Amino acid sequence: MRGIHNGAKLFVVDPRQTSSARWADGWLGLDVGSDIALANAVGREILAAGLENREFVARATDGFEEYRAAVEPYTLEYAEKTTLVPAHLIRELAHAYANAPRAELCWTLGITEHHNAVDNVRALINLALLCGHVGRYGSGVNPLRGQNNVQGGGDMGAIPNKFPGGQDAEDPAALAKFEAAWNATLPRKRGWHLSDMFAAMERSELDTLYVIGENPAQSEADQKHANELLRGLRHLIVQDIFLTKTGELAEVVFPASASWCESEGTVTSSERRVQLCRKALEPPGEARDDIAIMCELARRLGYDWPDYTPEQVWNECRSLSPWHAGMSYARLDELDGIPWPCYDEQHPGERFLHARLWENPVGGQRAPFAAVAHDPPVEALDDEYPLRLTTGRRLDSFNTGVQSGGYRSPMRRGERLDISPQDARNHGLREGDRARVSSRRGSVVVPIHIDAGLRAGLVFTTFHFNDEVATNLLTIDATDPQSGTAEFKACAVRVEAICHPSTGSG
Amino acid sequence: MSAEKLALTIDGIEVTVAAGATILDAVTQAGIETPTLCFLQSLTPVNACRVCVVELEGARVLVPACARRAEAGMKINTNSERVRHSRKMVLEFLASTVDISTAPALQEYCAEYGAQPQRYGPKPATVAQPVKIDNALYVRDYAKCILCYKCVEACGTDAQNTFAIAVAGRGFDARISTEYDVPLPDSACVYCGNCIGVCPTGALMFSSEYELRASNQWNETEQKQTDTICSYCGVGCTLTLHVQENEIVKVTSPIENAVTSGHLCIKGRFGFSYVQNRPEEGDDVSA
Repeated sequence: MRGIHNGAKLFVVDPRQTSSARWADGWLGLDVGSDIALANAVGREILAAGLENREFVARATDGFEEYRAAVEPYTLEYAEKTTLVPAHLIRELAHAYANAPRAELCWTLGITEHHNAVDNVRALINLALLCGHVGRYGSGVNPLRGQNNVQGGGDMGAIPNKFPGGQDAEDPAALAKFEAAWNATLPRKRGWHLSDMFAAMERSELDTLYVIGENPAQSEADQKHANELLRGLRHLIVQDIFLTKTGELAEVVFPASASWCESEGTVTSSERRVQLCRKALEPPGEARDDIAIMCELARRLGYDWPDYTPEQVWNECRSLSPWHAGMSYARLDELDGIPWPCYDEQHPGERFLHARLWENPVGGQRAPFAAVAHDPPVEALDDEYPLRLTTGRRLDSFNTGVQSGGYRSPMRRGERLDISPQDARNHGLREGDRARVSSRRGSVVVPIHIDAGLRAGLVFTTFHFNDEVATNLLTIDATDPQSGTAEFKACAVRVEAICHPSTGSG
Repeated sequence: MSAEKLALTIDGIEVTVAAGATILDAVTQAGIETPTLCFLQSLTPVNACRVCVVELEGARVLVPACARRAEAGMKINTNSERVRHSRKMVLEFLASTVDISTAPALQEYCAEYGAQPQRYGPKPATVAQPVKIDNALYVRDYAKCILCYKCVEACGTDAQNTFAIAVAGRGFDARISTEYDVPLPDSACVYCGNCIGVCPTGALMFSSEYELRASNQWNETEQKQTDTICSYCGVGCTLTLHVQENEIVKVTSPIENAVTSGHLCIKGRFGFSYVQNRPEEGDDVSA
């Protein structure tokens, strides 16, 4: 907001007219799942107007001609028809982005919770490459993280294809380094991500699961199916601060302390800033620190592990991950955290990445364009399921509500289905009426909230109140083959009025 | 601030500051402490409280140090009789009309400047009004409000951009209000609590603090403050947890922090209860 008050331009691309949209110079209320059509049209318009950064494209990128050919069909007229965004707004965005001395593209799950998530991201990266809006202060591409350690989890190797510090899990040199440090033989091949694991359960290739700090029984798309698979496991261990719905399915539950206030450690924010969490409270009952639980488990499995402190674990990470080498606890404390990469104890941490693309000559590989095509949501609308359901979050709540359900938010209204005034009229629905919402996978009953910020044909809800409304009974588990993310943002539903409470709102 | 440097004299001490710096910056650089109430480095100066006034040689009136830009050759006196007299009067006006029982800085200034609010009689006019308790998260006791405007600024363009509150009324009747004085749940408030974070007098207070104070259990000397990182989103706000008897009783955020300058959202400020709700207390932890 400080930037906007200083005169920065803001364009908001979102199917819903959010509060951010109200501050924007332009709100592009696109149809759910038409992000690539929009991005390619913006790219084509930039090229048509000759606004691309030719020097940057020539010196630092690959695949430009293929990209130009791929976006050629995405005229403003085509884009208006496909995205439902007026052509003049797309043109305005294209020109503002290309002409800006510095411009940033930020996104969150609206881009990534689709069956073609990675292509969506690539379509945006293409725009940054086209205009040279990358590798310089104030520019860049920036996925905004939804949890305090989404970035850190990946950076620490809690993804199947990486070791800590972004080192490839199939790279022989990296394998040799970690095998030497850990005195262990490591798998040659990358592992499974969450969606792969569910697929493996389906094939009965995975029968034992150790879940730490996640509630897949409620957070997975197509919840009924996900629960059947979890129930079918031979052995399920859940380590969490609460007895979650997933925990209720488990053979063994390890009560854990809350990582941000009952134990210490590091998390990494959206800006790659590694920050220290410190212990402020004694955990309740038998709850223990995650590291203590894992060390105890290792001992029970026959390994001679002492109880490592979080700082010892961190220092081991620093010894193996060049990105984190310079981040001692003392420096993290002193500097309010440090953004990686930070190679030694004199290094301040990089404020932005990819500056190499502006070096002469370009340091390392050139940045590739990716020719990607519009591919609508897996589930098309039809007469039986004519409305597009998109899911998301509300300000005062968080994911399945396990945490945010614990405080008395005056803004909390319980679960609601937001619907456009026109669709509400067509269905004979008034504010607060209860309606049955059905998809091909399940149905839920939910009170109606009429939202003038939604276009006809679009309905919105969250999954914060799973015990009242199990929204993920509706969602589809069509997943992106590269990232494994499910298409939480787009499924087809129908809405039916079931009663009109005489007292009005529910 | 530009690279240009300005030299000025504070209480006889030569200091050099960057162009654009305020007199307060120069005073601080000279190592002199100046009282402030409505000033905060993260907010736009509004010149509301007049407690930071200093004497500028050659100027007809005292000038507010927090807002007035330093100029080359200025000669400033921060501790003249005129300055001390003015500050004392300001503090007396505030202390006689406002309940300053939860405003330690204001109490200290009163002692330092020998303010005697009782000079205004046994029953001076006050800004007292009933305490507003209209939501579960925070309490508004405007009998403690000195109208420093900080909450309005934090709710507005300086931080939250929500504009749920403003100053209503004129003169002595001026007060902080939601639109048409509606209760907070009917207002635009999004419960970020950034107003509580900047309030210098305790007029805006966590419900947890208010209730502990009411039952005489608030024990600040026993409380421990620990900085950690919020558990919710990826912004990485630093939370200072104020803990008493192994319970978080209040959350603040350090104003000098590089990430969000002390500003938080509803989840960071108030969303901590889940770590200390115990089922036997009857709270809803099942959601």
